[in-house]
Amino acid sequence: MYRYDEFDHELVHERVAQFRDQVGRRLKGELTEDEFKPLRLMNGLYLQLHAYMLRVAIPYGTLSSRQLHKLAEIGRVYDKGYGHFTTRQNLQFNWPKLKDVPDLLADLATVEMHAIQTSGNCIRNVTSDQYAGVAQDEIEDPRIISEVIRQWSTFHPEFSYLPRKFKIAVCATPDDRAAIRVHDIGIQVVRNASGEVGYEIYVGGGLGRTPMIGKKLNDFVPKADILAYLESVMRVYNMHGRRDNMYKARIKILVHEIGAEEMRRQVDAEFAEVKKAGHLELPMAELERIQAYFAAPEYETLPEVSPEFEAAKKADKDFANWVRANTAPHRVPGYAIVNISLKPNGGTPGDCSSDQMDVVADAAEKYSLGEIRVTHEQNLTLANVKQSDLHALYQMLEANGLGTSNIGLITDQIACPGLDYCALANARSIPIAQQISERFQDLERQHHIGELKINTSGCINACGHHHVGHIGILGVDKKGVEYYQVTLGGAADQQTAVGDIVGPAFTEGEIVDAIETIVETYIDLRKDGERFIDTYRRVGVDPFKETLYATH
Amino acid sequence: MAQHSRKGAKFQAVTASLLVEGLVVYLTANGDWSESLQDAAVAEGKEEGDALLARADAAVASNLVVEPYLFEVEPVEGGINASSVREQIRKAGPTVRLDLGKQAELG
Ligand code: SF4
Repeated sequence: MYRYDEFDHELVHERVAQFRDQVGRRLKGELTEDEFKPLRLMNGLYLQLHAYMLRVAIPYGTLSSRQLHKLAEIGRVYDKGYGHFTTRQNLQFNWPKLKDVPDLLADLATVEMHAIQTSGNCIRNVTSDQYAGVAQDEIEDPRIISEVIRQWSTFHPEFSYLPRKFKIAVCATPDDRAAIRVHDIGIQVVRNASGEVGYEIYVGGGLGRTPMIGKKLNDFVPKADILAYLESVMRVYNMHGRRDNMYKARIKILVHEIGAEEMRRQVDAEFAEVKKAGHLELPMAELERIQAYFAAPEYETLPEVSPEFEAAKKADKDFANWVRANTAPHRVPGYAIVNISLKPNGGTPGDCSSDQMDVVADAAEKYSLGEIRVTHEQNLTLANVKQSDLHALYQMLEANGLGTSNIGLITDQIACPGLDYCALANARSIPIAQQISERFQDLERQHHIGELKINTSGCINACGHHHVGHIGILGVDKKGVEYYQVTLGGAADQQTAVGDIVGPAFTEGEIVDAIETIVETYIDLRKDGERFIDTYRRVGVDPFKETLYATH
Repeated sequence: MAQHSRKGAKFQAVTASLLVEGLVVYLTANGDWSESLQDAAVAEGKEEGDALLARADAAVASNLVVEPYLFEVEPVEGGINASSVREQIRKAGPTVRLDLGKQAELG
């Protein structure tokens, strides 16, 4: 796993000292709120509905056991004993006090963590695939290029004051688990005909008020040129990006307005310039140094099938259900990828208590080489578990409320904090997710329904990725009352699509019934083996409109 | 700061966040700040509302509170309530964590 070098270390410590000084001056009244607010935002500190909120960066979602233990401790000392994992693979603390934040950040720095690049108009924390390094069909560990980008973008003077925030995601398997086409830049690691590894580049994707799917700008950028290419995209954006209108300031609007063709032309022209200057070629020695951090661990030679594992599945039905939903094939025989659901029945998607963080950190230490990944679907992943350890791991998780067997099923929902916490919200998200979770809690029914992603956001900013949920729910405010607008057919995978609005919004009292009607309609219409999204793509929105609004 | 009141709102109160803790507070009739909505001064009509909001300036200047604004309230039996769901949640705490926030602390 990547460890910060001395340079990073110094920067982070300097930043903590600087922020300590700024907080001190604010508390003494030497800085006004207007002066201080941009400074606190640069350090990931927001003022939310009930309190301050600190967003901690988890680069490409990878954490060590030591780091997760520290987050647990911070949750206890400075917060109310829990944290919230977000769709940006970050962790949010909901209740820190301003006066404590410098100490909190100093504690974080002891495990090489910080809150930089989690806010403001900079290149944000890079996100990636939680199966990095272990997926069977992966071309190369996507965290290598993610780390290169992290180093390049951190404190990059040219990119600290962009027209708007800027998000980059990387994925290295044909199955896209990082939603790269809804990011400002999406990078797909690919191999060309002559066997070289390089990058396919998507630009201009994004959710929010104006959802857009990224356009492919380049089929193959060679490794050595990746920073030069990204820098060229950033320059074109920086030159044109609309700073006068925050709703138009994202790169997606630029690409939409000038078109992918013109964007490509301008980026290519800039790229030629940057390359001529030459200094942005990625030094191979540096790349190798970073690569070494992500070198595959020494796996044991294990039989393809573990007899204890097979026996345990026969003997323990709940375990078998968990294996079915929550584990994925590993590229090394005898190992498995384990997903830990943070979506217990009726729970808050993404919430994790400090005690649970400690359990997961211990579990990772014991069973998965001391490493944890955070997923953009608000779950956790242990990427390197021996099949023969799965039963013991399951029992440990289950005993601590972490054994829910619902990954990829209807109750594995994404939900943003919404009006329960967020100052920008129009409506609550979490209670809707909770009610849906309770309505569909029967596991047999969930398997009968099959893969279905329900995503809920509390406002048009779309932190809950509602546009790309198979079923999307958007909270809206009508004269101080919460309503919920439903979209169908969204997807964030390799067939990314923005969902279609199905009709007038529902009240809080109606929304769960509406979801059930949609699910039942799908069950009636589906043909053999079709997932919800397949049926929707075949039949479109009309049959759902009919069943939903016929009785209204 | 977004506007959280309604144009024709009859009754309004002023809320803000404490600088040091970030907690929600309400401006009281004698110019103090209370964590309980029931202590809030209620202004009737636009003029009284604007005057009440202006009284928050001193606390902003002295770095006690940040981001004060008016919001609509309505009289209920035994006190006042916030009109919007948003302000009802601010006054109480997360509806999904009844053990946290004012609903837990103020009883
Ligand atoms: S989508 Fe809106 S309500 Fe939800 S967290 Fe983002 S800004 Fe807040």
